[in-house]
Amino acid sequence: MIKVEFLGPINREPANYNIKNLNELSEILKNDNNLLEWLEKSAVAINGKLVFDKNIELQNGDIIAILPPVCGG
Amino acid sequence: MELYNGSLNIPEIISRWYNLEQNSNNGAFIPFIGIVRAENSISGLSFDIYEPLLKNWFIDWQKKAEKLNAKVKFAHSTGDVPIHTSSYVSAVFSPKRDVALKMIVDFVEDFKANAPIWKYDLIEGKRIYAESRSKKIIGSGILI
Repeated sequence: MIKVEFLGPINREPANYNIKNLNELSEILKNDNNLLEWLEKSAVAINGKLVFDKNIELQNGDIIAILPPVCGG
Repeated sequence: MELYNGSLNIPEIISRWYNLEQNSNNGAFIPFIGIVRAENSISGLSFDIYEPLLKNWFIDWQKKAEKLNAKVKFAHSTGDVPIHTSSYVSAVFSPKRDVALKMIVDFVEDFKANAPIWKYDLIEGKRIYAESRSKKIIGSGILI
C-alpha cells in the first residue's frame, strides 16, 4: 500500500492506494476535478525526495507527497 | 536547520550561532533575517512545512557549502507569525567574504523557490494561501 499526502493549501486528508507507479496514481487523481487544478502546478516527492519520472517503481510502504507552489521565508 | 512554532527569537539564534562559530576561524558570518511587513491588511503570516523534503534540500546545500569550505544554517517558523516579528533567518560562515556573500544570495533565493514551505496571509482571522507569491517546485505537473 502506498500513502499519498496532499500538502499545504491542498488541504485534504492523506489517502492510501494500491499502485505500482506514478502513472497509475496520475490516472486515479486526474479523475478528481477538485485535484486537477493542483496537479498541474504540483511537484511530487517519494520518501522525501523529489522525483521527475512517472515510471519509477513504487515499493510497499512508500510515502508520496503532492507539493503545490511554495513560498518560504 | 531549526524549526520553531511561531516567531523566531532572532537575538537568541544569532548570538548562539555567533558563539558557536566565532572560534572556527571563519572570517565572515553573513546573516539574512526576514521580518514580516505590514501590508495588504495582514496581521501576520502563517506557514506549513514538509520536513522530510526540507531536510534533504538542506543536506544538499550543506554538501555544496562544504565543497567551498563554507557552512550554512537556517531557522524557520511554522504556524502563525505576527507582523514586525521574524519567520526566517539564515547565515553563511566562510573564511572568504566573497564566497559567503555570494552563497547567502544563492541560498536565500533557492530557499524561496524550492524549500517545501507554504505561506498564508492572516487577514481578519482567516488563513489565506499566498498563491500569487508562490512558485512551482522544479518538476511540477509530473502527474498530468
